[in-house]
Amino acid sequence: MLGYRLQKRDEPWSWGAPIIVVGALVLSLGISALLLKLQGKSAVEGLFVLWQGSFGASWALEDALLKSIPIFLCALGVATAFRMQVWNIGAEGQFALGAIGATWAALNFPDLPGYLLMPLMFFSAAVFGGFWAYIPAILRLKLKVNEIISTLMLNYIAILLLEYLVFGVWKDPKSYGFPVTPEFTGGAVIGQIGDSRLHWGFVVCIGAGLGMWAFMRFTRLGFDIKVAGEGQRVAMYSRLPYGKLTILVMAISGALAGWAGCIETSAVVNRLQPSIMVGYGYTAIVVAWLARLHPLYIAISAYLLAALRVGVENMQLELQIPAAFGSIMEGLILMSVLAGQMLVTYKIRRKK
Amino acid sequence: MLESFIVPLLAATVQSGTPILYATLGEILTEKGGILNLGVEGMMSMAAFVAFAVAYTTGNPWLAFICGGLAGTVMAMLHGFVCITCLGNQVVSGLALTILGVGLCNFLGTPFIGLAAPGFSKFAVPVLSSIPYLGKIFFRQDALVYFCYFIPFIFMIFMNRTRLGIAITAVGEKPGAAAAAGLKAVKLRWMALLGGGFLIGLGGAYLSLAYTHLWANGLAGGRGWIAVALVIFAFWRPGRAVFGAYLFGGVMAFQLRLQAIGTHIPSSLLLMLPYALTILVLIFSAVRGRGGNAPSHLGINIEPEG
Repeated sequence: MLGYRLQKRDEPWSWGAPIIVVGALVLSLGISALLLKLQGKSAVEGLFVLWQGSFGASWALEDALLKSIPIFLCALGVATAFRMQVWNIGAEGQFALGAIGATWAALNFPDLPGYLLMPLMFFSAAVFGGFWAYIPAILRLKLKVNEIISTLMLNYIAILLLEYLVFGVWKDPKSYGFPVTPEFTGGAVIGQIGDSRLHWGFVVCIGAGLGMWAFMRFTRLGFDIKVAGEGQRVAMYSRLPYGKLTILVMAISGALAGWAGCIETSAVVNRLQPSIMVGYGYTAIVVAWLARLHPLYIAISAYLLAALRVGVENMQLELQIPAAFGSIMEGLILMSVLAGQMLVTYKIRRKK
Repeated sequence: MLESFIVPLLAATVQSGTPILYATLGEILTEKGGILNLGVEGMMSMAAFVAFAVAYTTGNPWLAFICGGLAGTVMAMLHGFVCITCLGNQVVSGLALTILGVGLCNFLGTPFIGLAAPGFSKFAVPVLSSIPYLGKIFFRQDALVYFCYFIPFIFMIFMNRTRLGIAITAVGEKPGAAAAAGLKAVKLRWMALLGGGFLIGLGGAYLSLAYTHLWANGLAGGRGWIAVALVIFAFWRPGRAVFGAYLFGGVMAFQLRLQAIGTHIPSSLLLMLPYALTILVLIFSAVRGRGGNAPSHLGINIEPEG
């Protein structure tokens, strides 16, 4: 095509991955700058405000760190499922269910001391989120129902379920009609670390990241999951319980997203309200893929995309640019990385 | 009851099923060629916006309708570049396309929120519209609905009776064999993808030109994903796609009617209906065991030689 052809490399291009990611970022920034221009805004000013909000001030760095917590947990979960080629697109819904689970515990046992209530909240968030992921897993195994569509539909249902609860049975009678639950108190609130704005959820994140890394690397189960990721047939020949592994990765995936929901409700907004659903679950997919499913890289790319979100919020505030600008960039980054990945295995040669 | 509730409900069913039908047929064409395109939701959103913007600025709804289709084609081109040219993962590329399309639609659409554009309005077809009941249901609609009545037939003839349609099916089943038989596999995949994108775009355009004449963000509202699910439900056959699309149109229309009448059921539970039904429909298709009807090379890229 166009006088060029692809030729397979003998060895994968070792420096390819980082160069492609940087290239993708630059390309996406370029295209988004063009879009700003089309909307009659100054592209230079826009990108400057984006940078300012992402990395330009200490509040920005702190904000990005805060936002990277739920994104990281969701992405870690999504990556575990992707590792086995189970397409869990449902982090958003599992996040919502986790928030619902944590709120259930917080509203029903308000008098428990924190050292009992907090584990209970995390436990019920993991069970709720895990259950929401178990449904598509079991449907896929027993009936071969496509999990991409079922997880996605469950996202819509989960958000509506959350709305149903806060508009109905869980609505705070003192909220003047706003759809929010009563504020969490005492033991149900995850506190700040020292004087910083960072909360203890950050430590949960580090623990979960290290835990998943060790699990995948050093345990038999983790190894099995990686093998099964080569395909159902490989798993069968290696006598691996493919079905059980699928359920396991989905449950882990859902539980981690559930924790993200729990932390977001308990530490950031201190109550359940529809505004916690801002699409972290979808961002997590971008993050996981950019990081090629590796926990350390997930941490880095979660921070990057969180910073992007903060930057876009800054643009929204200062230049009245719609928040959708962030999804445009996320979509562009993901598409260009996907397209660029070809360069790792192929060289472009001129046709003779 | 029949006159006052069921007939208007069925008429609304046909209307809200129409955009889903366009999109489902588009995705069937795409998948027949072997490309899995999960970007339907994003493509419909983008097409809805482009159609609205064109109608608003030029005042010509037919031009807007075509432009909506072309917007779908352009979005499909992105997917094709990533998956066919660069051999990227089709699942992830489709998701990215959805994120991008929905984002673009909301970003570009924000200045238009609440504005109205000239669209298609309903008119009665002479003679046919006076058939009792059926006339009111099927023949007091807008032009795009009437247009949509013909598409499944054209589609069927195209897929089963023309050289091109059969070649596309062959590429979706066995690209290697098709290529050996002298077909240009990659080119045929491109054609199916772009043609499918055009139909998906028409579905999106319907939303902003006929379903509503006012611009609001998030018009697609999951219809793209429903279309993807309906392809499986339809076993990749246009006839069953018609049934599936109208089934969903019916549920959406029913849910809106119930809200309008004012029931005690909270609206959030009613809004769950189409999404829950999508999962049920997939379970139903699985029990019938026809997932095997999928093009056997669906979602697998054609690697270049050498």
